[in-house]
Amino acid sequence: MKVIFKIWRQEGPNEKGTIRDYEVDGLNEDMSFLEALDHLNELLVLKNEKVIAFEYDCREGICGQCGVFINGRAHGPHDNITTCQLHMRSFKDGDTIVVEPWRAASFPVIKDLIVDRSALDRIIEQGAFITAKTGTAPEANSILIPKETADRAMDAAACIGCGACVATCKNSSAALFTAAKINHFNSLPQGKAEEHKRVAEMMFQMEIEGFGSCTFTGACEVECPESISITNIAEMNARYVKSKLLK
Amino acid sequence: MKLNSKIPEGPLENKWRNYQVQSHLINPTNKKKLSVIVVGSGLSGAGAASTLAELGYDVKCFCYQDSARRAHSVAAQGGINAAKNYQHDGDSIYRMFYDTLKGGDFRSREANTYRLAELSAPLIDHFVQQGVPFAREYGGTLDNRSFGGVQVQRTFYARGQTGQQLMLAAYSQLYKMVRAKKVEMFPRSEMLDLVVIDGKAKGIIVRNLVTGELQRYAADAVVLATGGYSRVFRLSTLAIGCNGSAVWKAHKKGAFFGAPSFTQIHPTALPQSSEAQSKLTLMSESLRNDGRIWVPKEIGDTRLPNKIPEEERDYYLERRYPSYGNLAPRDIASRAAKERIDAGYGIGKLKNAVYLDFKHAIEKFGLKTIKDRYGNLFNMYQKITGIDAYKEPMQISPAAHFSMGGLWVDYELMTTIPGLYAVGECNFSDHGANRLGANSLLQASVDGYFILPNTINNYLATESKADHPSIDHPEFGKAEQEISEHITRILAINGTKTVDHFHRELGRVMWQECAMSRNKAGLEKAIREIKQIREAFWKEVKVTGKHNEMNPELEKALRLADFIELGILMCTDALEREESCGAHFREEFQSAEGEALRRDEKFAYVSAWEYDKGDFKLHKEALEFEFVNPSVRSYK
Repeated sequence: MKVIFKIWRQEGPNEKGTIRDYEVDGLNEDMSFLEALDHLNELLVLKNEKVIAFEYDCREGICGQCGVFINGRAHGPHDNITTCQLHMRSFKDGDTIVVEPWRAASFPVIKDLIVDRSALDRIIEQGAFITAKTGTAPEANSILIPKETADRAMDAAACIGCGACVATCKNSSAALFTAAKINHFNSLPQGKAEEHKRVAEMMFQMEIEGFGSCTFTGACEVECPESISITNIAEMNARYVKSKLLK
Repeated sequence: MKLNSKIPEGPLENKWRNYQVQSHLINPTNKKKLSVIVVGSGLSGAGAASTLAELGYDVKCFCYQDSARRAHSVAAQGGINAAKNYQHDGDSIYRMFYDTLKGGDFRSREANTYRLAELSAPLIDHFVQQGVPFAREYGGTLDNRSFGGVQVQRTFYARGQTGQQLMLAAYSQLYKMVRAKKVEMFPRSEMLDLVVIDGKAKGIIVRNLVTGELQRYAADAVVLATGGYSRVFRLSTLAIGCNGSAVWKAHKKGAFFGAPSFTQIHPTALPQSSEAQSKLTLMSESLRNDGRIWVPKEIGDTRLPNKIPEEERDYYLERRYPSYGNLAPRDIASRAAKERIDAGYGIGKLKNAVYLDFKHAIEKFGLKTIKDRYGNLFNMYQKITGIDAYKEPMQISPAAHFSMGGLWVDYELMTTIPGLYAVGECNFSDHGANRLGANSLLQASVDGYFILPNTINNYLATESKADHPSIDHPEFGKAEQEISEHITRILAINGTKTVDHFHRELGRVMWQECAMSRNKAGLEKAIREIKQIREAFWKEVKVTGKHNEMNPELEKALRLADFIELGILMCTDALEREESCGAHFREEFQSAEGEALRRDEKFAYVSAWEYDKGDFKLHKEALEFEFVNPSVRSYK
């Protein structure tokens, strides 16, 4: 199998980037998309060129580290998967495949296809936790949580933090990411004590990181590898209003 | 040097309490003046870093990923064991302790294993308090399932993403302490050496993976939480970045390596499909509850699986282990698959797999039931392979999965270098020669949250009176210089082969000779071959790019250089242990029926290897069984 990759190359955050073409032969349809890039990188080394920098770690769709734009879509042509779960059988022999980094002002490019997503960590830092020290926990079953509540919390908590929601959003909004985390904690009894502070501070951080506002286009839930629903954003907004009213 | 495991006095159930009563404390004012480095931000690393920070220590935490949340603990699927006895099915701390010790084929310490079981219940309390959305019953209590061949239901889970949820809880707690300015987090930072001053661990040298700059960090103690090293086989269920460099560098600086060859090979991963493959995806072992494993009876049978009639199929696990059948433990199931594949009966494009067939289960229970039970796994299988496993059997193959071996640690989780601790998968402590399912998340968490924060005071109490280390100490300069030269040397080779080429070579040798089935001649050959690979690597590898920039190829090369040396030690260890136990199967030591033959009279010890100028010196920590009587495992 042979394809033509058109890949964004950029030496550093302050350098000018450009799309470069690479014709790659010797691929097969069972290879994952990232393995095809591995293969290309080996060829580049042998040609005495620098490898293409791209992100990955677990390669099984759970760590959230991989993620690129492929032919104009976050994580490639399919809905709700990560880049590492994409295989070459989704392309045809001779295809041209355009590969770009996540596009968002809050995710500056570090090199080639790698962006800086530390803004997401800083949103977490502003309240995505329960203030309780190790060693202070009551017996687990003393906190009863109805199955429906636990399941809903789990639906939101499944977020892998890949940033596809931001990258695909025309406003570069991090609303789905932030909402998922807020709803995970705020829907559980353990998270109640800090619920209003949490929603206010995390949403404030989301703004100062430069993420755009949500205009409910629904693009994010199409790409989210964990299929986290956009209704989470509405729920977060309701929580936000409530936290303001109760201030 | 005599190994001192520091097992506390008293009956099994009092040991940990006795230890805590007798250990030193440090007053809160003095804790503020002490600093700890934690390398790794997975369950054990993040748990340790956040808890140490809560206690008042100044903590610096490092990880190579772009965020602490990516650490590979995130990928554990099944669950976490705890002796809560919520199901009222006769579970207890003692039963869990015994299951774990026996599962490890009696090659771990009684006292450590007991403590693991003892601390499991409060750990579930802890994670619930931190907001982990564990599965619940309709009445709101916690749900359990059974796992990995034990007879009680003690596994807590959050869908098929338990590791992710525990990992994210640990990451949340870590960032709570980042916000409190008690933890400083350094992502995209890889530890390249340990700094030892006057025999004590006092700091690390780190490469900033964005700028390539080498940086020095000093602290009063160093904690390694760097995970498993099964990427030494190249193809494994681990994340691509998982590596053995931190433990290897510590080993070269004096930390003994415990049972390096004990590696768990998981029986149900997806097979390798091409040379370019980077990773083997795990399929949950729960599939073996309903799937039947088979290969054709005839070598080279090229018919499609559904065209092969029943009488021409060899259900080899059912044939060899009639009482356990397809539910034989991981090590046994993996070895049996390898035996068939090696004998030429393997199936699939590369003849490296066996079938896992749900035809009978679908006939018996109906398609809907099977979809309810395993729907997400069948979907994942189709996503990766393009095959509909409801219609034809899955193809599965064994894959390297977990390192039971790791840095040798005493009861306090301290290595043989004072002030250097190892927690989680990177140590050798509780699992012996084989780990039970759902005990991995447990050990990582218990080490990080509960044990280390109690034991490290004992050491730091003495250090609070000493001078705090400075990065200007000559040992820092020396270590940095050595790393700098090491990097320069690799970049200067400018050979003709890629890093991945050598990694494939290493993986091939390790997989053939030091995985599921080992023998003397094979291991001796492997050591010779790995030494040749090492020589070739240092002559012919080609790494492009520079040292002072983000350079993923250089990162891979540095990790591989360490993997090659670690591979030699693993083979050395496997060669020395002339018995079969748990995951370590030496072909010379098997019963007439082909089962593992443990030799307690000669090998009831933990091997602890000392690095000795490129060679390795064996020390033995005798395992004394004071409370249980080691029995023979049988699954016939």
